[in-house]
Amino acid sequence: MPTFVYMTRCDGCGHCVDICPSDIMHIDPVNRRAYNIEPNMCWECYSCVKACPHHAIDVRGYADFAPLGSSVRVVRDEEKGTIAWRIKFRNGEKDMELLAPITTKPWGKFIPDLAEVDGPTDEMRSSHLLFNEPEYIRKDEGDLHTLESNGQKLKEGVYY
Amino acid sequence: MAYKTIIEDDIDVLVAGAGLGGTGAAWEARYWGQNKKIVIAEKANIDRSGAVAQGLYAINCYMGTRFGENNPEDHVRYARMDLMGMVREDLLFDMARHVDSAVHQFEEWGLPIMRNKETGAYLREGRWQIMIHGESYKPIVAEAAKKSADKVFNRICVTHLLMDESKENRVAGAVGFNVRTGNYHVFKSKTVIVGAGGASNIFKPRSVGEGAGRVWYAPWSSGSAYGLMIGAGAKMTQMENRIVLARFKDGYGPVGAYFLHLKTYTQNCLGEEYESKWFPALTEMVGKEYLDTENQHLSHKPIPTCLRNHAFINEVLAGRGPIHMVTMEAFQDPHLEEIGWHNFLGMTVGQAVLWAATDVNPKYENPELTTSEPYVMGSHATGCGAWCSGPEDVSPDEYFWGYNRMTTVAGLFGAGDAVGGTPHAFSSGSFTEGRLAAKAACQYIDDGKADGIVVSAKQLEERKEEIYKPLETYTVGRNEVVAGTVNPNYITPRQGLDRLQKMMDEYCAGFGVNYMTNEKLLLIGLKKMKVFEEDLEKVAAENIHELLRAWELKHRFLTSEAVFQHTLFRKETRWPGYYYRGDVMKLDDENWHVLTVSHRDPKTGEYTMAKAPLYHLVDEADDKKSK
Repeated sequence: MPTFVYMTRCDGCGHCVDICPSDIMHIDPVNRRAYNIEPNMCWECYSCVKACPHHAIDVRGYADFAPLGSSVRVVRDEEKGTIAWRIKFRNGEKDMELLAPITTKPWGKFIPDLAEVDGPTDEMRSSHLLFNEPEYIRKDEGDLHTLESNGQKLKEGVYY
Repeated sequence: MAYKTIIEDDIDVLVAGAGLGGTGAAWEARYWGQNKKIVIAEKANIDRSGAVAQGLYAINCYMGTRFGENNPEDHVRYARMDLMGMVREDLLFDMARHVDSAVHQFEEWGLPIMRNKETGAYLREGRWQIMIHGESYKPIVAEAAKKSADKVFNRICVTHLLMDESKENRVAGAVGFNVRTGNYHVFKSKTVIVGAGGASNIFKPRSVGEGAGRVWYAPWSSGSAYGLMIGAGAKMTQMENRIVLARFKDGYGPVGAYFLHLKTYTQNCLGEEYESKWFPALTEMVGKEYLDTENQHLSHKPIPTCLRNHAFINEVLAGRGPIHMVTMEAFQDPHLEEIGWHNFLGMTVGQAVLWAATDVNPKYENPELTTSEPYVMGSHATGCGAWCSGPEDVSPDEYFWGYNRMTTVAGLFGAGDAVGGTPHAFSSGSFTEGRLAAKAACQYIDDGKADGIVVSAKQLEERKEEIYKPLETYTVGRNEVVAGTVNPNYITPRQGLDRLQKMMDEYCAGFGVNYMTNEKLLLIGLKKMKVFEEDLEKVAAENIHELLRAWELKHRFLTSEAVFQHTLFRKETRWPGYYYRGDVMKLDDENWHVLTVSHRDPKTGEYTMAKAPLYHLVDEADDKKSK
């Protein structure tokens, strides 16, 4: 289901070029608008479709197995924290609208700056703990699990 | 060509490839190295890169220790059973004891995790899986990585690791080129954490033509984790352990939520349950220890993924395909129907597109399933990757050499697909491995292990020449012919990829031969691979984008060669349903209850194979009783 770009909607801003994980959205040097230069390396991931400010990018099912005529469109809104989909079947019998949250918090605001937090103590460095552990693993007073604490040992050989 | 050389010097921790593993590494490195220089080099844009670029609808590795659900050893036993015993239980235990803290932080950062309204715990899809609205999973963790990193270099294709010239077998950074400007980038670094991906598109895919990008694992997963590390001489393990997926036909939409949450099930074209009839013969092949249907049924242990594939493949070969997923019951419930569609939109939009295009409404029609072409990776139900050290409080001597997740090359660490023997890590486990590697890398530097690294101008110059050679090959060769892609002097990256995929399919057990190979076929394949290696010196790139494809192909080649060597070495059929060694169709615990470890000499390209012992977790109480 490779992507394609509508000539009249694209203004060549390059958001799709910037985001495409497969490096296949490029600006056409003649038309100064974006297009998919390598459809057989497209994963239909919709990253470019979601990133396009003009909704100029759409998807047409892979020619080797998908007939023409259906549509899956999307609007992703970081401010509202939602993603809205509309799926239209080829035969027109199904037309679905689906909405899902993409985040529960204002974008990037709740990620601590680890250069600013209290650094690890020597004791922590010599332990096997990672940042925020052990309290982020368990709610009780317990420590990180070890083979010993869990009554386990590693033994060589074949047996189950 | 006048490409600039851009040198980033004095890096402490270089993250090469920032999917879930790499973002975890960059994020955590800042805590243990608050004054250290942390740099990310990523082929795409870290906001949408790696296997999770498009999102995920579930986190498949979460213990729920906080809710009293599972302990790390439970997950180790599950992964061991699913992989027919062949796992690194030290690394798995270590990942599992930390993974929950990653998930709880994701939730704090804003990742919507569904809750069970009655218990308040996360909503379980299965014993290890929790359900999320994960369309923005990757942008959220990328935000964390950006917060920690000093610099993020997007659109850098890392082609090689740099090696120290003062001390043998020690890493010194990495080099690559910018896929937009073409500039040559040098990263001189004390440590490198490889977070690059496993390999799609090395076996001929079922899709043809335009649909060739419709692979199960992302088409940009170019095996660079292995290409980079094998190229630097790091030892690899379990590279024969490729994975075949049973998925919705053509779109490769995920089936996990369908099986586990929607309670859909499979049947053959006659509407019959087909799996169980294949199990008695399968038990003969693998032994009762691995498939004991009576007891497995009683204990509710899931059947290993590969063995379920085996039943699927054989039922189709017996002429009773296609295999259908029975959705018509579950989809009568409007809530479950919605989940079924959301599941695709959140992680495999293409499946929704396909069903819309072909008018498949799972409420009134049971969709077809298929078994995919094989993939080589290390974080799903398979454990390919580098032979890495475990943590000192868990690992036996054979598995421990100083720093957690460090490969056999000093200063070179791995996370996610890069680490071998750790299946079932998935997104959260890969992120966790990145965190573990980052802590260990900082410790390695603080211990003075990275002092006195020397990289000569000669090494940088040689790599530069090597990187741009495909452009040169094109420029020199193109004018000998009138026009077109047929040229006696070179092959294009696509032509090379086609040849690689055909060899892997026919000689190394792809779908085209029903996943079957043997020693004779493997030896022929390896011979062809050697000749292909010579032709890879003549791969041509018309522009910088093709240069990216050329280097992806070279990484895929190194990955594939390792797969050949490992498949040849392990003389048994350990994972029926993933692949078969026709000359040794039985599982052989007597000789092959071991991990396979390879080393490719970077100077000569020669392979050396070895067996490494397997250690299993044993319950101390049970162990005492048995004595």
